[in-house]
Amino acid sequence: MKSENASLTARLVLFAAGMFVFGFVVLPPLYDVFCEVTGFGGRTNTTAQTAVEAPDLTREIRIEFVTTVNNYAPWQFAPAVDSMTVNPGKMYFATFTATNLSDESRTGQAVPSVAPVSATAHFKKIECFCFDSQEFSAQEQRSLPLQFIVDPDLPDYVDTITLSYTYFESNYVTRR
Amino acid sequence: MSDHGPAKGITRWLYTTNHKDIGTMYLIFSLIMFFIGGSMALVIRSELMSPGLQFVHPEFFNQMTTMHALIMVFGAVMPAFVGLANWMIPLMIGAPDMALPRMNNWSFWILPVAFGILLSTLFMDGGAPASGWTMYPPLVLQTGDAFPFLIFSVHLMGISSIMGAINIIVTILNMRAPDMWLLKMPMFVWTWLITAYLLIAVMPVLAGAVTMLLTDQFFGTSFFLAAGGGDPVMFQHIFWFFGHPEVYIMILPAFGIVSEIIPTFSRKPLFGHDSMVYAASCIAFLSFIVWAHHMFTVGMPLTGQLFFMFATMLIAVPTGVKIFNWVATMWRGSMTFETPMLFSLAFVFLFTIGGFSGVMLAMVPADIQYHDSYFVVAHFHYVLVPGSIFGLFAGAYYWLPKWTGHMYNETAGKLHFWTSTIFVNMTFFPMHFLGLAGMPRRIPDYSTQFANFNEIASIGAIGFGVSQLIFVYVLLTSKKGAKATDRVWDEPKGLEWTVPSPAPYHTFETPPVKRVAEEAFE
Repeated sequence: MKSENASLTARLVLFAAGMFVFGFVVLPPLYDVFCEVTGFGGRTNTTAQTAVEAPDLTREIRIEFVTTVNNYAPWQFAPAVDSMTVNPGKMYFATFTATNLSDESRTGQAVPSVAPVSATAHFKKIECFCFDSQEFSAQEQRSLPLQFIVDPDLPDYVDTITLSYTYFESNYVTRR
Repeated sequence: MSDHGPAKGITRWLYTTNHKDIGTMYLIFSLIMFFIGGSMALVIRSELMSPGLQFVHPEFFNQMTTMHALIMVFGAVMPAFVGLANWMIPLMIGAPDMALPRMNNWSFWILPVAFGILLSTLFMDGGAPASGWTMYPPLVLQTGDAFPFLIFSVHLMGISSIMGAINIIVTILNMRAPDMWLLKMPMFVWTWLITAYLLIAVMPVLAGAVTMLLTDQFFGTSFFLAAGGGDPVMFQHIFWFFGHPEVYIMILPAFGIVSEIIPTFSRKPLFGHDSMVYAASCIAFLSFIVWAHHMFTVGMPLTGQLFFMFATMLIAVPTGVKIFNWVATMWRGSMTFETPMLFSLAFVFLFTIGGFSGVMLAMVPADIQYHDSYFVVAHFHYVLVPGSIFGLFAGAYYWLPKWTGHMYNETAGKLHFWTSTIFVNMTFFPMHFLGLAGMPRRIPDYSTQFANFNEIASIGAIGFGVSQLIFVYVLLTSKKGAKATDRVWDEPKGLEWTVPSPAPYHTFETPPVKRVAEEAFE
């Protein structure tokens, strides 16, 4: 009886420890891979991509820009236009304006997210300020460029894509 | 055989390895936590008695909602079920004690430490945690000095539950009386076996999630920080992967308790014992694949929403099997309505209301309206208060004479039941309407259109709180009643009724012989 109890206990402890490892070690990378593959969670490219241009002039997609500044940091950050209408396969440019509202130099970086999930893989950023961080001197204002193509393979039920940027103080970003 | 009784004084309780002593300590501890968590609920309800801010600051209000939930979930409901398991499982399966008595002592004594730490956060800089018991980042990372204490207390609670669960599994699987094969086990033992497996599967996952919060805050990782490439939504997935099985951890043992009580007071065997076992296992399995129904509004592909919606609705099937089995047990039974039976009947009826609002919340289009509203508050309080808590009261009244050797005061018990039932409905039923009308949860103020229903709910909450003092009165006078017989009730089934009342300090030092075991179940 004693040894039966001990071996069952050992197996149950091992199972509990395994579940901890599953939660702490296995799940986060698994979730990452899942998001990369499916575009779940608004994952979008953070390094430059290239795309073949074959414009589909018969189709119009509305692109909406949303901006947020994290943690009420002393920044102003806004798109030049709130939305634009684009043809898939054609290259477009958009500008955003960022202002450092404080009296000291600061570094910031925008982190992008795309919705809906089915559009994430088809929204391709050729050039984006979000690939790097930007250093601003006190009270400096600057325009930040974005160059993108919407892939013509975009599922036909998608007519609006939302691109959201959150501007972070770079001490958050470099913590990675 | 009981040649040595318990030790004297405080060391009896500090060093004890006796399952009855540890069970008693668990039950008393959880009752104290029930009153602490309950007084926090009364702070919340007093603040919400009328629109505007009257008694507390919004920050403190948020601390109250968070602490109320943490204390009720981990301090009141879960330890109370573990206490009943400690007391009753060895008696029900004919074992002399729990399989791992020394670990049993540990798993109890960790709890006062864990809750001492958690309650001490109320006096720290920045106050107690105020981000809600779900501890979502990035909000929870703004907690003040309390943050690491919150994490460590959750770790300790987890360790305690895991040790308790392992103990229960080993006891049930290895120490049953001869000829009590698995499908012959009483339902309370069955539901606890399933619950214990759920506990060791998900408590470590919660521990992992809060550890990630800790490293994000102090060690520069970015598991949940979007700026560093992490994703706050991942926390919600991991949390609810724990959180949904957790809600079944809090209800399955209550299913077991009412499955013991309803047959006794209907004087009929439980209808469909084996189907009850399969239904409970089915619920446990489904609990692992429905977690994202807590997150329909955070954004999810349509396929995901459909999967989680249908999987969630599927849970209504095994739960319905259980409800119908209880009703079929009562059908043409020779029913009497002692306090344990009254609580069990209210359990079946009111838990079903909570189940129905659960099915409503499972529907994605509806959930997008109900999400984070008082409708959700009404739903989970209906399954937890007249569900889990009434199940606990039913079990306490049912087995109290076996513990004390005396009948409790039946008049006071019935008064406790009727006041609790009236006030619980008065508190939580209006919350359905408030939620449908758009009142958000976890906010200390509200628009004047919500004033009347909130006033009713607050009066109900105060009434419910005061009613619980009757239970304390019943416990304090529990040794003053008439001597209880060994069987206590009218021919209840089960081995626990074959030992004397009160149950001696040591029972079943030799396993019950087959004949005794069979008579107990005839």
